[in-house]
Amino acid sequence: MFKSVKTGLGLACVLAVMAGCSSTDTDDTAQQQMVEQPTEPVVDTAPEPETAVPLDNVVYFDFDESLLKPETRELLIAHADRLRGSAQAVRLEGHADELGTREYNLALGERRANAVRDFLVLQGVDAASLEVISYGEERPAQAGSSESARAMNRRVVIVK
Amino acid sequence: MIKNLFKLVAVLVVASLSLSARAQLVVDITSGIDDPTPIAVAPFSFSGTGVLSEDVSDIISADLRRSGLFAPVPKEDMLSFPKAPDEVIFRDWRILGTEYVVTGRIEPQASGYLLTFDLVNIFGQQTMFTKQVSGGSRQLRDIAHRAADEIYEAITGIRGAFSTEMIYVQEERRGGRPSYSLVRSDIDGARPKVIRRFSEPVMSPMWSPDGQEVAYVSFETGRPAIFRENLRTGARQQLTNFKGINSSPTWSPDGSKLAMVLSKDGNPEIYVLDLRSGKFTRMTRHFSIDTEPNWMPDGKSLVFTSDRGGKPQIYQLTLATGQVDRLTFDGDYNARPRVSPDGKTLVMVHRSRGVFTIATMDIVSGRMRVLTETRLDESPSIAPNGAMLMYATKRGDKGILAAVSLDAGVKYRLPSRSGDVREPAWSPYFD
Repeated sequence: MFKSVKTGLGLACVLAVMAGCSSTDTDDTAQQQMVEQPTEPVVDTAPEPETAVPLDNVVYFDFDESLLKPETRELLIAHADRLRGSAQAVRLEGHADELGTREYNLALGERRANAVRDFLVLQGVDAASLEVISYGEERPAQAGSSESARAMNRRVVIVK
Repeated sequence: MIKNLFKLVAVLVVASLSLSARAQLVVDITSGIDDPTPIAVAPFSFSGTGVLSEDVSDIISADLRRSGLFAPVPKEDMLSFPKAPDEVIFRDWRILGTEYVVTGRIEPQASGYLLTFDLVNIFGQQTMFTKQVSGGSRQLRDIAHRAADEIYEAITGIRGAFSTEMIYVQEERRGGRPSYSLVRSDIDGARPKVIRRFSEPVMSPMWSPDGQEVAYVSFETGRPAIFRENLRTGARQQLTNFKGINSSPTWSPDGSKLAMVLSKDGNPEIYVLDLRSGKFTRMTRHFSIDTEPNWMPDGKSLVFTSDRGGKPQIYQLTLATGQVDRLTFDGDYNARPRVSPDGKTLVMVHRSRGVFTIATMDIVSGRMRVLTETRLDESPSIAPNGAMLMYATKRGDKGILAAVSLDAGVKYRLPSRSGDVREPAWSPYFD
């Protein structure tokens, strides 16, 4: 009895996820909303957002880690302040360094991007506006095998 | 014979349809066994007019040398060039210490060539076999590789894999932008042909068990998606377009299913797609990363990488029961397993002391052995005869391919003349 309920829930979840992800419907909706409300000023709690300097849009991670560093959290809070209440579509691109296997790194890049997404959602950003995509180690920011290059490649890029 | 000829003709059609890749890989043997068998492949005669476009006896020598098990006698050291067993002067070859001599004769045919070749055992003073291989006019390399397969099998008892191929990923810069290609070549790196070019990354090529198709992951749609492509016709089909990761496609041994990784449930899980019904079945349920599935030869279980224990390790999943057992315990990073054709050995990427190498593990005893000593080794792919594996490594900042025997005795490199190459996938036998 309990088992079948669980299975049913699992199936519902899968269906929900599939429905939510099939094709670009969500993107279209987001764009439509933006087009429909062009005159309405964006409500933002941050003071004078239009004069704010652009925020860094890359956050970095340790090897085989998806934990957010303290400085990353500060930066993400600043991003969240600007994104909150906005319907702006944001892509979170997760990346890994060259160490380790390619398919595992694809998963690691996604785990990093998910960590950023979850943090932003906790800060009040609309989950529907955030899309996660992982490139693993396939698109390094910096070529080469130095530790400094690798550190630059273990990243999530916030693309607005 | 006729069957073989048809196959060779089929290969030729594909070759002529495909684009030619500029960068050829060049073999660089770095280590062989201590006591390789001396063998002489005497230059073959040609009864036609003109000069052949390929030196068939040289290609056979190079194949045998690359296996690491043979030390072919250089042409300049040969005292005579026998064309048939009755021209072999045993005493001369004994002086050189040669154990086997190969003689051969190439004849033109209506639409190609016929090679008749003989394997002569010098110390036994006997002809072990006389065989024939034929092919089209542009298939002299195929003829040579088939002859090398026969010679290798007659002496070692192991089926040769010189006439197999590989598919790999090549990255170049074109006009300042990265360009990615799936390239198909002979297993010695010769005759590279671009299967398809991409402006977004492509990864994880995997041959179908019949050698007719390749599955891979392409980012061309803006997110990773799994495709299957017919290598003969170029027809292809996008198999997945789920949110999140769609990766690591791997065909079941009977070719009816594709195991893969999908993260549509929130984190990467192993799925099996039935290619006939199109039905996806979820195989793992864990909040960790589950990825890089590979089938056991009996098709009853999968090996895969998971960090459910905290670090990436290799696990085995029994499909009928869903039971998961951990297989690797040595080291803090073991990933991307591939199973040998006999199902007894795992090969994997293994980190020890901060260095990523290729290692094998005996599945029953759990005994692990490191095969390579370079630093950034990945993507091992085993030959269909289980004798060697191809893998990707770095030389300087450049991605190159290299091979090592499963007993670690034989090593060679296939550096690319241009661009980075990676993710080699060794083909199955084509018959």
